[in-house]
Amino acid sequence: MGFLTGFFALFFYAAVIIFVAGVGFKISQYARTPAPLKVPTMPAPLTRKGVAFRLFTEVVFFKSLFRANKWIWILGWMFHFALLLVLLRHLRYFVDLNSPLWSWVILIQPFGKYAAFAMLAGLVGLLVRRFTVERIRYISIPSDYLMLILLLFIGITGSLMTFVAHTDIVQLKNFIGGIMGFSFDAHMPSDFILMLHLFSVFMLMIIFPFSKLLHAPGIFFSPSRNQVDNSREKRHLAPWAAKLEEAE
Amino acid sequence: MAKAKVTPPEMREYPVIPVLKPDAMKSDGPFIAKPMHQEPLNFPGELVDNWEEKAVEKLGDLVGRYRSLRVYLDSCVRCGACTDKCHYMIGTSDPKNMPVARQDLLRQVYKNYYTPLGKFFDKMGWEWGTKLIGAKKMDRSVLDDWYNYYHQCSQCRRCSVFCPYGIDTADISMAARDIMDHIGHGQKYCNEIIAKVYKIGNNLGLPEPALADTLEGLEEDLEDETGIAVQVPLDKKGVDILLVTPSADFFAEPHVDGLMGYAKVFHEAGVSWTISSHASEAANFGMFIGSYENMRRISLRIREAALDLGVKRIVFGECGHAWRVAYSFLNTLAGPFDFLDPKYPVPQHICEFTYNLIKEDKLTFDKSRNDDMVLTFHDSCNVARATRMGDFPGGQFVIPREVIKAACNNYYDMDEDTIHDLTYCCGGGGGLLTDDLMELRVKGALPRMEALKAVTEEHGVTHLAAICAICKSQFTKVLPYYNFQMDQIVSVHQLVSSAIILDGQVTDDDD
Ligand code: HEM
Ligand code: HEM
Ligand code: SF4
Ligand code: SF4
Repeated sequence: MGFLTGFFALFFYAAVIIFVAGVGFKISQYARTPAPLKVPTMPAPLTRKGVAFRLFTEVVFFKSLFRANKWIWILGWMFHFALLLVLLRHLRYFVDLNSPLWSWVILIQPFGKYAAFAMLAGLVGLLVRRFTVERIRYISIPSDYLMLILLLFIGITGSLMTFVAHTDIVQLKNFIGGIMGFSFDAHMPSDFILMLHLFSVFMLMIIFPFSKLLHAPGIFFSPSRNQVDNSREKRHLAPWAAKLEEAE
Repeated sequence: MAKAKVTPPEMREYPVIPVLKPDAMKSDGPFIAKPMHQEPLNFPGELVDNWEEKAVEKLGDLVGRYRSLRVYLDSCVRCGACTDKCHYMIGTSDPKNMPVARQDLLRQVYKNYYTPLGKFFDKMGWEWGTKLIGAKKMDRSVLDDWYNYYHQCSQCRRCSVFCPYGIDTADISMAARDIMDHIGHGQKYCNEIIAKVYKIGNNLGLPEPALADTLEGLEEDLEDETGIAVQVPLDKKGVDILLVTPSADFFAEPHVDGLMGYAKVFHEAGVSWTISSHASEAANFGMFIGSYENMRRISLRIREAALDLGVKRIVFGECGHAWRVAYSFLNTLAGPFDFLDPKYPVPQHICEFTYNLIKEDKLTFDKSRNDDMVLTFHDSCNVARATRMGDFPGGQFVIPREVIKAACNNYYDMDEDTIHDLTYCCGGGGGLLTDDLMELRVKGALPRMEALKAVTEEHGVTHLAAICAICKSQFTKVLPYYNFQMDQIVSVHQLVSSAIILDGQVTDDDD
């Protein structure tokens, strides 16, 4: 096992553990924290099904953002949807494409490939907004810029491999397949761009649970969006509030 | 009362977004509560010695108790969607009145003490790190900004409509105020009023004998007007309905005309009802200061009154924030209300009550009696975005309008970006309806005034109807700053009162 293989294997494990444990912890923390009052932004759905639909429109179409600002919506939605396609296309490095379960991953390959441009365009647009629109410049903190730059860097290095300097995909699959099964026979392809790509991807995964990227799980836990409007019919007593009542 | 010297902002031809004017509204904030205002609420009388520590501690406590707060503080991506949505931002141009900037005042402290990166950088003393993630230590300048800018938020929730994650700056303002109360740095206006509620029973400090007097006077006025003995009972046991209404309804204009409207509607409906001197206030300022404990204590008076008087139903009068606490929280805070008649929702809004009678064709109106007015309706922020009326989502927009239209011939809506759930706050909600915040109140009314001006010019609208005691008082004060008359604001049930023809009432037309 060479140094590079060892380094990237360890980095891979570290990133995956921090990402999974970190996001898992935050999700369980959100789930454990009580919501003592009914505070959906009205008008709100009257049933759980309605809430599922409301969340669906928020997560898939960014509905509130659409009402708020068409520019942010276009740029943001383009970036996220393209990101989704890119990530789905990436599944081919991790799954067995011959299995019928995963055959759809082959179908979306061309979409995922060209989605890279939409993703980059969206990111550039968001970055330009941050620099140029006075209000957004005022509220931005350094990490907001860095986050966009990091994603741009990932996107650019990835696209370079896809469209300019191809990397050895077979070797990469062997390497990833290997370290996922804790075997280190296949070594990391010594492709500099790929290393940059992976390095920045692992950085992103590590930062995820400690940053505003928590908006991804957060949206599902937001009381103003995920509560049913039924406060007159049902009491909504949090455990600590119940204790308060008992203490009287 | 004379107009305080405040220059209202220019009305905009088009709704352009103002250029930022940093620190435009920097000040010491509203009057600070004295020990006599703090202590009845179980808060320390003045700023405690180790307040930095206590504030951070309280923040941690709240973050553990409120999922909303925790998720909101973590999730903001600073996308900017909310930055131009707040009426105070529009009216003052102060960037700290952008909802996200207002949130960040609290978020920066949260980051420093309650996120792994913030704790790490703080411990290492790496200033570049805290700057990188926008974290900040709790200190005097932070506290001063909190006190000033969290008292420039009317908790209207307009920003939360637009935020992709529904982040509600109102919740964050409430948390910040709760923290400040807990370190002895409360706001005089809110806390003084809450203390009055505990001591006397209502916000205005109107004692029981004075209240009885006032209501008797109203009965006389009603009889003079209609020739019919319409009652306005106080503390009557064994009746059907307990009416809980804001104390401003007992004598402020135009509120009191609304109260006469409720009385006439109850009379026509043939139900017996009463006001309670124990719960002679609908408003619950406990919400403004984000205090669950105080909100609950204030709510319990209503439960006690209902039990004591042996009523079957509870109906709320026209009051925006009160309706939020009533509709969304009352059942949770002071329920279960299983001792009331299960046929009716607990509580009901007076507009729901009147609307049901209209639908059943039980009320007679002579709409022409309101022909001297062309009306529009101001959706009160908390009714619109934090409650419902009726049994379908959006009933809070439909029902008051239907009530107005049943009583009036001339009605026009304001621009669609300023009504329903996109309504603008009147500028005086959320514990800001105090003279020491007059400049803020005038400036914050700008977007509503612009929308009103537009329908005035386009449709000849003459009057603005509202269902909130704060809106009514606020507009009475600020309309003149924008070259309107103070009496252009009316109560919805005032319109009902003018148009309704009581059974057996002799009208001018019959003479
Ligand atoms: C449930 C999944 C997700 C939802 C619903 C979601 C939604 C949103 C929305 C509505 C915005 C604001 C609009 C914008 O600026 O683009 C946003 C911003 C952002 N999202 Fe997501 N997102 C999700 C997942 C992710 C993931 C997985 C990433 C990164 C790997 C990500 C990265 C970002 C970034 C960096 C921004 C800030 C953009 C800026 O600086 O303006 N999001 N997200
Ligand atoms: C361990 C995880 C990852 C691995 C092993 C990986 C590897 C690769 C490889 C080998 C390519 C070149 C594809 C080709 O030559 O056809 C690529 C492209 C790309 N990667 Fe990644 N990547 C990873 C994660 C990510 C993530 C998290 C993002 C986005 C945030 C990303 C964004 C891109 C983009 C935009 C492209 C170009 C478009 C495409 O081919 O889909 N990658 N990646
Ligand atoms: S809209 Fe929401 S996420 Fe965007 S800046 Fe405002 S509070 Fe933050
Ligand atoms: S709740 Fe209303 S007043 Fe407060 S920041 Fe949001 S829009 Fe402004």
